[in-house]
Amino acid sequence: MKPFSYERASGVAAACASAAEPTAKFIAGGTNLIDLMKLQIETPAHLVDIGALPLADVEETQEGGLRIGALVTNSALAADMRVRRRYPLLSQAILAGASTQLRNKATTGGNLLQRTRCPYFYDTTKPCNKRVPGSGCAALAGLNRMNAVLGVSDNCIAAHPSDMAVAMTALDARVETVAPDGAARTIPLDALYRAPGNTPHIETVLAPGELIRSVVLPPPPPGRQRYRKVRDRASYAFALVSVGAIVQRDGTGRVALGGVAHRPWRLEAAEAEMPRGAKAVTEKLLAGARPTHENAFKLPLVERTLAAALAEARG
Amino acid sequence: MASRPAEAAAEPAQIPSQKVALTVNGRRHALDIDPRVTLLDALRENLALTGTKKGCDQGQCGACTVIVNGQRINSCLTLAVMHAGDEITTIEGLAEDGDLHPMQAAFVRHDGLQCGYCTPGQICSAVALLAEHKAGWPSHVTADVATVPALTDTEIAERMSGNICRCAAYANIVAAIRDVAEGGRS
Repeated sequence: MKPFSYERASGVAAACASAAEPTAKFIAGGTNLIDLMKLQIETPAHLVDIGALPLADVEETQEGGLRIGALVTNSALAADMRVRRRYPLLSQAILAGASTQLRNKATTGGNLLQRTRCPYFYDTTKPCNKRVPGSGCAALAGLNRMNAVLGVSDNCIAAHPSDMAVAMTALDARVETVAPDGAARTIPLDALYRAPGNTPHIETVLAPGELIRSVVLPPPPPGRQRYRKVRDRASYAFALVSVGAIVQRDGTGRVALGGVAHRPWRLEAAEAEMPRGAKAVTEKLLAGARPTHENAFKLPLVERTLAAALAEARG
Repeated sequence: MASRPAEAAAEPAQIPSQKVALTVNGRRHALDIDPRVTLLDALRENLALTGTKKGCDQGQCGACTVIVNGQRINSCLTLAVMHAGDEITTIEGLAEDGDLHPMQAAFVRHDGLQCGYCTPGQICSAVALLAEHKAGWPSHVTADVATVPALTDTEIAERMSGNICRCAAYANIVAAIRDVAEGGRS
């Protein structure tokens, strides 16, 4: 690890002010950041530990949803009986990711902001536009079985690895942030992530020092919920493809995909096709897909995983 | 937490050390350490508690599992300075008055190990697993997450997926955990 100074933040405003420096970073659970710091992929000069901030509660909102503090651990959120009863999709998605040890440390905010697991982002001997802007993308012609097929650019085909974010996207979650100048804003989770384009190193719309305070879930939508994940091992592996589905009796509903893009992938036009079944939905979802020589299997896998998830959700 | 290019940070001329008091197995230790030291390295190198093992050092193998405030974590993926005020339990803290913890005894009885390198992490993980199950936590293999599942072998295997055993003693590890969960000696 490169040397850094360490500060345990005592308040939200102080934390944001400290992290506004371009070489500073927030740290919460640290399960992704410390790994990246050991490899010198992340090299913050200053760490602002937000672990002691009062952002670790799950509260009811007036509209009948839940406000999840950014520091609520993945374990605590998945085990919360309100989530298990009203948003089972979210519990299922969280429990489908990582191991218990990691979920016990990983936080809600950190999960959303974790970095890609593209092998070339981790391999510091290879070019990667996300790690070193302008250096090129080794994944395009390399080992790219796990990489994205949607929303990709000639500069980056990295996929976002979160399961939790897929469920939250299907649930219309909103991210509440606060900036160093004190300004608060609410960002639909769908709008948090930036497409790679020519700047794959800029992954979100957050400004330096802007802190995710909480994630708000609107009241649970009608219908049955199901998260289904396909991976290379039965447990503790990232998704090749995952589906978060919410299905009503009449066949309408919502679908978000994981493992296929730089963000959870959801399309209104595809959801309009839901009563017509998985094939019709998939055609819309995968419009414009750009698979590689190694990951074209993801396209039929999306349809099959979606068909299975819809069948399960319908019971 | 906004993302930025991984630019090389200017290195401070001297890294200021950081004071932190760690409570490990009920004993308080005052340390003055480089903030880069992980909890795992602090346990092993600064406190000479070498029962906790370094395997992959990247959160994949589980050999470094310790229990912090009642919850199991990978000690390799957290900094020691982040644990002021926390109650940390390592494999050395499980035995009481010279008697093995029931989980340690069950691992011996069921031959839940071969080389033993992953065993401290397996045992710490298993002890915390029982507490999580008692608290009603569901898992990935729980059919209905709104229910509190019975601790079947499938549940145990899924809940232990963060601990890898290169010798593949998995069958006996599951048997040991089941034995303790059932509260008996088999």
